[in-house]
Amino acid sequence: MPSDFVSALRAVKRHWRVILYPIGMIPAAWLVWQGQHGALGADPVNVFERSLGLWAFRFLLACLVLAPLKRFAGINLLRYRRLTGLLAFFYASLHVLAYIGLDHGFDWGVLWTDITRRPFIILGMSALVLLVPLALTSNAFSMRLMKRRWKVLHRLIYLAAVLAGIHFFLSFKTLNAVSAPYLAGLALLLLCRVLPEKRR
Amino acid sequence: AASLQTHPGPYSGNLTPTPHEDVTHYNNFYEFGMGKADPAARSQDFHPLPLTLEITGLVRKPVRLDVEQLLRSAAMEERIYRMRCVEAWSMVIPWDGIPLASLLKDADPDPRATHVAFESVLRPSEMPGQSDGLSGIQWPYVEGLRLDEAMNPLTLLALGVYGETLPNQNGAPIRLVVPWKYGFKGIKSIQRIRLLDHEPPTTWNRLASDEYGFYANVNPQIDHPRWSQATERVIGAHSLFGATRQPTLMFNGYGEQVADLYRDMDLRKNF
Repeated sequence: MPSDFVSALRAVKRHWRVILYPIGMIPAAWLVWQGQHGALGADPVNVFERSLGLWAFRFLLACLVLAPLKRFAGINLLRYRRLTGLLAFFYASLHVLAYIGLDHGFDWGVLWTDITRRPFIILGMSALVLLVPLALTSNAFSMRLMKRRWKVLHRLIYLAAVLAGIHFFLSFKTLNAVSAPYLAGLALLLLCRVLPEKRR
Repeated sequence: AASLQTHPGPYSGNLTPTPHEDVTHYNNFYEFGMGKADPAARSQDFHPLPLTLEITGLVRKPVRLDVEQLLRSAAMEERIYRMRCVEAWSMVIPWDGIPLASLLKDADPDPRATHVAFESVLRPSEMPGQSDGLSGIQWPYVEGLRLDEAMNPLTLLALGVYGETLPNQNGAPIRLVVPWKYGFKGIKSIQRIRLLDHEPPTTWNRLASDEYGFYANVNPQIDHPRWSQATERVIGAHSLFGATRQPTLMFNGYGEQVADLYRDMDLRKNF
């Protein structure tokens, strides 16, 4: 009996990172459940869409915080970069899907005007497009194949984060207590990135 | 909220009101915070009464009205109006109020008056949003109308909703309702009305003049820079996959009453 427990624990430990993917998707499932049960309030489509976008931004920031966490605090969680990055992509995709399908009912005329004329939408859409090649090359095979170019390509996440940050700021009428901490966090992470590396 | 003596007024049409719960719990009222639930959750410290409403400026007979007396006015009538928010959602709200024109007539506007300026209560100790420095909004909230818009029979000073006095979150004790304009023109908790010979500044126009014009007439052909205004999300479905969008109507469906006001204007410039 105890040995069963121990072996189960070992299995969890071995597959921990894989288990984290479904855990990371719980907020999405929770939002869908709430939406179906009328728990998202008077304007459920808007809340659903915005919440997915916010989760995408959260995972994007979580992905970006791992490098400075190692550099400045000595905590090495770099192995979670793929997880957080892919979850950011997952939420950004759902966010856009909700915008296209639920919010605008696949009204391609309206969507085309949005995507071609409105900076607010262009910024958000560009951020998602930038994440596509990163998600596609987020496997060990691509890393081996691309060698140094892989690193260069994956710096695109900083550009995606900046575009997503501006898009997030623009999604409110004014700066506010919800958006300000996230934007400050993003600014801090970008600052960490450009700080010169000390030679040892 | 106390119940009001009211009687059905004109212009209500054949509209089904949005549920009471949504009308009173899904609000934009930045004096109490920026979330839609904030006004209902954070307005309990606000004391709407007593309040004296002033009508001053270019008038021959400045008026000071005790709002508590106004609440007992025999002129109170129910108007069921569409409400279209600039954020592309809409409701139908059964207001109770008094046509603004009747109060303005009592003040006897000077012939030089061309515009009407409105100002909200400024009370940071009771309105937490007024101490929030992040938004960049200058308090008190101010709005304005052209005098002919203010005198239009549709324009209402609402003192109640659903037959009861206004809850704090809906703009107690007295607010403006201009149903052919975007919701932000409907200034809440009004304290002062002034008649002027020029266009007054308005809160959202001051903050982002490319997004919020002085007129702010509902117009499906003129988009907000960040989204289309052609359609609107209908509030009240509550189900994520059962929510609906409907086409937005020119002047929010009140063209018959107000289109003449803008006959010679370029609505693209004067949005």
